[in-house]
Amino acid sequence: MSNTDLPLILGIESSCDETGVGLVRGCELLSDEVASSVDQHARFGGVVPEVASRAHLEAMTPTVQRALDRAGVKLSDVDAIAVTAGPGLAGALLVGVSAAKAYALALGKPLYGVNHLVGHVAVDQLEHGPLPKPTVALLVSGGHTSLLLVRDLATDVRLLGDTVDDAAGEAYDKVARLLDLPYPGGPPIDRAAREGDPGSIRFPRGKWGDGTYDFSFSGLKTAVARWVEDAERDGRPVPVPDVAAAFQEAVVDVLTRKAVDACREHGVEHMVISGGVAANSRLRALAEERCAAAGIELRVPRPRLCTDNGAMIAALGAEVVAAGLPPSRLDLATDTSLPVNRPLAG
Amino acid sequence: MLLLAFDTASPAVTAAVCEPVGDGVRVRASVSSVDARRHGELLAPGIQEVVERSGAQMADLTHIAVGIGPGPYTGLRVGLATAHALAEALGIACHGVATLDAIAFASGRTTPFVAASDARRKEVFWARYDDALTRVGDIAVDRPADVDTGGLPVIGHGAHLYADVFGQDAAQAEPLYPDAAALGELAVRRLVEGRELPEPLPLYLRRPDAQEPGAPKKVRQWQA
Repeated sequence: MSNTDLPLILGIESSCDETGVGLVRGCELLSDEVASSVDQHARFGGVVPEVASRAHLEAMTPTVQRALDRAGVKLSDVDAIAVTAGPGLAGALLVGVSAAKAYALALGKPLYGVNHLVGHVAVDQLEHGPLPKPTVALLVSGGHTSLLLVRDLATDVRLLGDTVDDAAGEAYDKVARLLDLPYPGGPPIDRAAREGDPGSIRFPRGKWGDGTYDFSFSGLKTAVARWVEDAERDGRPVPVPDVAAAFQEAVVDVLTRKAVDACREHGVEHMVISGGVAANSRLRALAEERCAAAGIELRVPRPRLCTDNGAMIAALGAEVVAAGLPPSRLDLATDTSLPVNRPLAG
Repeated sequence: MLLLAFDTASPAVTAAVCEPVGDGVRVRASVSSVDARRHGELLAPGIQEVVERSGAQMADLTHIAVGIGPGPYTGLRVGLATAHALAEALGIACHGVATLDAIAFASGRTTPFVAASDARRKEVFWARYDDALTRVGDIAVDRPADVDTGGLPVIGHGAHLYADVFGQDAAQAEPLYPDAAALGELAVRRLVEGRELPEPLPLYLRRPDAQEPGAPKKVRQWQA
């Protein structure tokens, strides 16, 4: 289906360690280019903000050019520019926002500073079409673990719960280090866990059954550390697959349980899971099982769209434009802790 | 030639539109404000303002000259990211000017001096100049006490902050910050003379501050 009557949106993302640029018309994905600095952070065991910011500056205009080439359009064809205004790393956000303002100024096109977290939900529209209303969204990544009630992507997003300490992806990175697995920890733990028995060790489920939709993974990480240290002290070999599987089960058990509970309480029949951790095979499998049992339709974008990218920002930009919201001003400020109930930063 | 100049590698955010006129340079419009925390908010409106006040449109610009530092990194990148994207979107040339060179040029000095800007962490970015147009050697980063001034006068924000170390009156440190009008004038002159300007790439002069982690911290208290 051709949508050439819909505005062409350029989306720019630079909130963490991926420089992402996407081009979107409505729900149609035209291109999605990402330059990642993840390899430069690996030896530090986590994202180093200054390293990420330097990489964003180097990658920004070449990535925009690649996205235009891939979509077969020119910069002058762009109708509006959407950019992540927050939440994220201050210095990293500022590179994308500065570039986006410059494009808007040079092209004389409107600028929309949008919310990274809501972008993670909006991106599903590029794969599965318009989001059913309302939808419960579970956002899980290295920086975020949030449960949202989405009635309208552009105008009505509510935060139901959030992590009170570590993000789920952060817990994966820390446990991977304990097990001598590489950074980022998600994929190697997922792989190791396939050979392990998730029931062999019972790790704690943080904030399980506490009546909130909040999460906690810091205690879980410490419990894994204790278990590993005890084994080493006693001279027992650490069964990496079993520890990985048991840890992973504790994470995805709480995530999926609370997400399904949120659907039930709010009478919602649709769920989206997105963010980098949505690429996790056990999270997908358990969520499918529990959603099916509860009569909830589950949507999970393909892994490439789950991690940070510019297409998700363009997808949210398209929603904001379609809703007729006013463009951001050129003095738009980045907001490292932009709340999720503001899809458009202002 | 209609050149847009700006710099964000100091507490100042400054933009100007300049052009060659006869043997000189005319500054059609310029704007500066000092607010170390709002580079990202102030630069784009500042550019819009100077272009409008100069009676031009964005599409009339033919060159961009941007301060490439050294200076506080977050602010520095606001200017460079803006310059790269503007140049790409307008399809025009983009050049760099060392921020310290712009400060030196604005001093108008005809005799040797040292220019120093604040590098934070109790250090300064500094270089020696024979006169306002002529830098001697590369820009360095050092603690003020380790700067070999050779008894020359020191200008810039670094000279103001560490006037006691440099043994001079803080009031003699002017100009403290870069001014895009001076940066643009310097760039226009060099371009008209056919001289090369630096690439619009950041002068960081320091590696990112990051340490590789050691072994994970133990969570158990070991029994003695």
